[in-house]
Amino acid sequence: MDYIQFAVKRLVQATVVMFVISLIGFSIQDNLGDPLRELVGQSVSEEVRNELREEMGLNDSFITQYVRFVSKAVQLDLGNSYFFKKPALEVIVDKFQATFELVLGATIIIVFFSIPIGVYCAINPKAWMSRIVMTLSIVGISVPVFLTAIFLIYIFSVELGWMPSFGRGDTVQIGVWSTGFLTADGLSHLVLPSVSLASIMLPLFIRLIRAEMMEVLETEYIRFAWAKGLHTNRVWFLHALKNTLLPVITVGGVQIGTMIAYTILTETVFQWPGMGFVFLEAINRVDTPLIIAYIIVVGLIFVVTNTVVDLIYTLVNPTVRLMGQR
Amino acid sequence: MNKLRLFMASDFVFRFGRDRVAQGSLALFVFFVFCAFAAPLIAPFDPYDPMQIDLMDSELPPIWSGGDADERFAFGTDAQGRDLLSTILYGTRISLIIGFCAVGLQIFLGVSIGLISGYVGGRIDSFFMRLADIQLSLSTLMVAIIASAVFKATFGSEIYGNVAILVLVLVIGIAEWPQYARTVRASVLAERSKEYVDAARVIGLPRWRIMFRHVLPNTMSPILVISTVQIANAIISEAALSFLGLGMPVNKPSLGSLISSGFEFIFSGSWWITVIPSLVLIALILSINLLGDWLRDVLNPRLYKD
Repeated sequence: MDYIQFAVKRLVQATVVMFVISLIGFSIQDNLGDPLRELVGQSVSEEVRNELREEMGLNDSFITQYVRFVSKAVQLDLGNSYFFKKPALEVIVDKFQATFELVLGATIIIVFFSIPIGVYCAINPKAWMSRIVMTLSIVGISVPVFLTAIFLIYIFSVELGWMPSFGRGDTVQIGVWSTGFLTADGLSHLVLPSVSLASIMLPLFIRLIRAEMMEVLETEYIRFAWAKGLHTNRVWFLHALKNTLLPVITVGGVQIGTMIAYTILTETVFQWPGMGFVFLEAINRVDTPLIIAYIIVVGLIFVVTNTVVDLIYTLVNPTVRLMGQR
Repeated sequence: MNKLRLFMASDFVFRFGRDRVAQGSLALFVFFVFCAFAAPLIAPFDPYDPMQIDLMDSELPPIWSGGDADERFAFGTDAQGRDLLSTILYGTRISLIIGFCAVGLQIFLGVSIGLISGYVGGRIDSFFMRLADIQLSLSTLMVAIIASAVFKATFGSEIYGNVAILVLVLVIGIAEWPQYARTVRASVLAERSKEYVDAARVIGLPRWRIMFRHVLPNTMSPILVISTVQIANAIISEAALSFLGLGMPVNKPSLGSLISSGFEFIFSGSWWITVIPSLVLIALILSINLLGDWLRDVLNPRLYKD
């Protein structure tokens, strides 16, 4: 019963956040640029303009216009991009594939490296390897993601010439999805952007896994497992690791949302044709519908991942304090 | 004098005296701050003065790399012929000013909200904490990028360039207040039930006085610890925004916009325009982060972070 109450509260909160995001999107539409000028240009007389304004409902009250905006948005209509001359949402969803593959690539790198390294550092906290890793992780946190990207390009593209420095390379069309994972060229284009996107999260995850694992290793049930004489590997990798990963997965779920913010930076450096790159172009072109579509799609991704992670986490971990009980 | 002697005899100073890394990073940080704020005095050129810039001097390499280097320009010049050393000094100053002011704003907002939330409680508390939850769930960098992007699209690049410092301080300051609010609130909740607060209340002191004069000083050490991290983060955010073209304009560059303007030239071999400011930025952030790490170990407050 408690859980249902919590879930309802959480969903209400998610709805409120989406409402606020839609309000922000709408006020941008209201204040940014003049839709009439985009439509008919400068050369039309004032009377015709006023007529058109009336016709398009631009003179209606704020609330009427907002309701119209939301009802259109719910029907997935956020207006046409001025530049691409097609529905803004279509443009964003189209570019989402590239961004998603970039995030996926980075996630794979993070999972493959952070877990073994974090566990190693927790098991041997005094070893010199662990000390080096911890020092490097501070350096890693201190290097902004766009600098990692620039240095990777400088070393591997400009100096060594091993890797391409921009774009997505060849892609394969599977249904509606075009993927770069299936061609050698696409994969080689994916390496540098994924590595630089992963570079910002990797030190954080290594430190998180290490801290969680060290805490778990101090608990009573692990001491009991040692006392029973279980094999070291069994204690470390079965009993301890399992309970380490639960909080890590929660943080990870939320960080996938955060990574979308960093994709704007990596996509800019590598000219990766994703959502973030298009968003920045839209800003420079004052392409209002596209800006709004991006904000709403990204807001939705954040809200959905956060809500789902919260709901699942509370479900699988009964010890977590529910919202009302803080 | 007495206070100074007490401070010099404290555990804090003792441990600082024994930690080479902390000393090194403090020295490095002070060096950067000094050079940045003394820029008008020590910089060989004034990068804001168009009279001192000659396009004929553009893209000269640093003096140690030989070639057609010019000894007037120790670190070489950028694509517009500005002396890179001077531009970096002035750029570091802008980055630091934005970082400090943004964190100042965060502290002001976060500490006031955290104090009131924790001390007053009730509906005000749950409202602000929900707000903090929501804002943190949206990723601060994303909020900052979108906010400054909308500002830029509304004002146009021209006007935006003139108010960029103010906008950046506001955007970065407002985007990160929940960090402070949560930390302060958590320590206020712990302090509130202690006896000295009861005693102050019994004497009949007004609420605000208890909050600011009695409770606030006891929440200082966690504030100090997250402040170092926050300054580093604010400088990174500013650099990121400027790199995206949403921050400082090219004619008044911060480190981020300097890196951004040099980026296209690494393909043609002029690596120094990007690489040298990048190294300065990394060294600056690293020195702050190392200091923060050391502070956390020494003060060891419970960090109220998720």
